Amino acid sequence: MQALRDLKQSTTRTRLSDLKFEEGAAWANQSRAAARDRVASMGLPHKRDEYWKFTDPSSLVEAQPTPAAVFEAGETPVFGEVDRLKIVFVDGVFDADASDPLEIEGLEILRLSEVFTRDIHWAKDLYGVLEARGQSPVERPFAALNTAFATDGVVIRATVQVSRPINLIYHHRDTKSDAILHHLIKVEEGADLTVLETGPAAARFNKVMEIDIADKGAFHHVRAQGRDHERRAVTGTFARLGTESAFKSFTLTANGVLTRNECVIELTGDDAIAHVAGAAVGDGDDFHHDDTVFITHDAVNCESRQVFKKVLRNGAVGVFQGKILVKEGAQKTDGYQISQSLLLDGDSQFLAKPELEIYADDVICSHGSTSGAIDEDALFYLRSRGVEPGKATDLLTLAFLAEALDEIENEALAEDLRHRLEAWLARRRS
Amino acid sequence: MLTIKDLHVQLEEEEKQILKGVDLEIEPGKVHAIMGPNGSGKSTLSYVLSGRDGYEVTKGSATLDGEDILEMEPEERAAAGLFLAFQYPVEIPGVGNMTFLRTAVNSQRAARGEEDVSAADFLKLIREKAKALKIDADMLKRPVNVGFSGGEKKRNEILQMAVLEPKMCILDETDSGLDVDAMKLVSDGVNALRNAGRSFLVITHYQRLLDHIKPDVVHIMADGKIVKSGGPELALEVENNGYGDLLAETA
Ligand SMILES: Nc1ncnc2c1ncn2[C@@H]1O[C@H](COP(=O)(O)OP(=O)(O)OP(=O)(O)O)[C@@H](O)[C@H]1O
Ligand SMILES: [Mg+2]
Repeated sequence: MQALRDLKQSTTRTRLSDLKFEEGAAWANQSRAAARDRVASMGLPHKRDEYWKFTDPSSLVEAQPTPAAVFEAGETPVFGEVDRLKIVFVDGVFDADASDPLEIEGLEILRLSEVFTRDIHWAKDLYGVLEARGQSPVERPFAALNTAFATDGVVIRATVQVSRPINLIYHHRDTKSDAILHHLIKVEEGADLTVLETGPAAARFNKVMEIDIADKGAFHHVRAQGRDHERRAVTGTFARLGTESAFKSFTLTANGVLTRNECVIELTGDDAIAHVAGAAVGDGDDFHHDDTVFITHDAVNCESRQVFKKVLRNGAVGVFQGKILVKEGAQKTDGYQISQSLLLDGDSQFLAKPELEIYADDVICSHGSTSGAIDEDALFYLRSRGVEPGKATDLLTLAFLAEALDEIENEALAEDLRHRLEAWLARRRS
Repeated sequence: MLTIKDLHVQLEEEEKQILKGVDLEIEPGKVHAIMGPNGSGKSTLSYVLSGRDGYEVTKGSATLDGEDILEMEPEERAAAGLFLAFQYPVEIPGVGNMTFLRTAVNSQRAARGEEDVSAADFLKLIREKAKALKIDADMLKRPVNVGFSGGEKKRNEILQMAVLEPKMCILDETDSGLDVDAMKLVSDGVNALRNAGRSFLVITHYQRLLDHIKPDVVHIMADGKIVKSGGPELALEVENNGYGDLLAETA
């Protein structure tokens, strides 16, 4: 134990010694220094840590990122057909020229660096706050590192129902980029906001998004993580939900050497709803995808739902760690969790750790996790109709993922992702 | 069209012989029926012909227009014009019936070097064929066979056949589970496809289907072999007397 702690402390010191934050307003300096202290005392993760036993964090901890080749997708951008406001980052740096003017009726959009130098009370009250709350009962050192050293990001406040989505577009151009982005989202009472995230971002990407949803507010999040084969990413989505509010998040992941998506949600107001879903397709023994979700019910009559599907082949590894924590007094909780994998061969692996921890008596909570092979009867049926096996497998793959994609409420966004996925699978086949 | 010679088949998993020397010759344009007791090997024959895994051909041959189909992959057999209407059609959750049909049609076109059918032409084709089989729009939208009644599944098989227009159609107990009206619909569907270049192998337990789809030849299969062949009257004999006398006679 002590040996592990010492080891972690020393790697953490090495990592931190390379990082500096720009001085800003006093509040910013304070909150970033506090975050830096959090990381220093926790230490960056090691694969012997219980929370990282399925995913080796070493390449995320190292001082320098492992270089990642840039992947030329050669296709129209994801959500390219959707009317959206584009905010572009290249290797983690805001690109004003490539972005749309940051103006939408009912929204305040600022750059994080700008916010750091000013005194905006709602931003001050949010920056690093949900991340810090999310450190217990399980430590999330990469998120604290992010709060301390993020170099860019956006800060968005929605005061009305905004139908036009905000698209954060992450380009990866430099094979050695190491990006740390931190976004703040404040959804005010009764407001409604949709944020899309697309692209690989960098060779190594650490991203945190803190989302505070006031009463009756709604936040929709649809993300398509970029297809660069060699990229690595650790992301943390931290949300706090007020009364009768809604949070709905979906992530599609194809490719990437390493992806760890953590989602930490606190239902603090009654009658709130939180849905988190994801679909991942992994091909090859260098693909590792980890969804780690922690949902805390701390109010009455809330609903939470986790739906995660993974299709793995040629030695790909998928991980799901999902927890529903129902606190004392959180009666009438309705918690649902399902994680499933389709293993297209014997080399691929799905590791799942579903957990329920319940301290209230009047709740409905269920969870399930399955791992299965392709349905041979269905495959033969398709082939007997003339469909070649690769195409038939794709059809069954899409069918398997459909339940997760159906979680996306906006039909246009869902359709875009369905077509993408189909095309990606088809391209892989040829 | 279809020539089967001395076909011996055993299970891959265990050494169990199921087909023990099947001989069958079906000419273009002809309808042959196979009847026979449960477990005699009728479905096995249909699966082996369409290329399902799990069977091993230990002896004999099967050719379609002179081509050795046993060497082909299932999808190649389909492209060559072989079609099996399954005794137990498979449910495929998550795959829409329309998508399934369009993928099948386009796959076979691609195998023949043809372009994909246009969305509009395809829709028109399906609507027309579906209407004749009383398959409604809802059934086309739903996932393949999921939640379909027994009869609906069988009608869906015939719809696929009508759309794919194979030259050698094998129907494995397509009549079981059909009510009287559905039986008529399905038979009409099959009869509409009958022509000089297309052959059928109809597996059934009941004479009733053969009243609608008039066979040219009826075979009796027992214990992995065709033990007797004759005209339509053979089916009547089975209907009236069962297999007891027939099998005793051939033993
Ligand atoms: N995969 C298998 N594993 C074990 N036994 C099998 C398998 N496939 C076929 N058989 C056996 O082979 C025999 C022939 O089965 P088959 O399904 O071909 O009969 P059938 O003539 O179609 O019968 P039915 O009229 O009941 O449909 C049966 O005894 C059956 O149990
Ligand atoms: Mg049978």
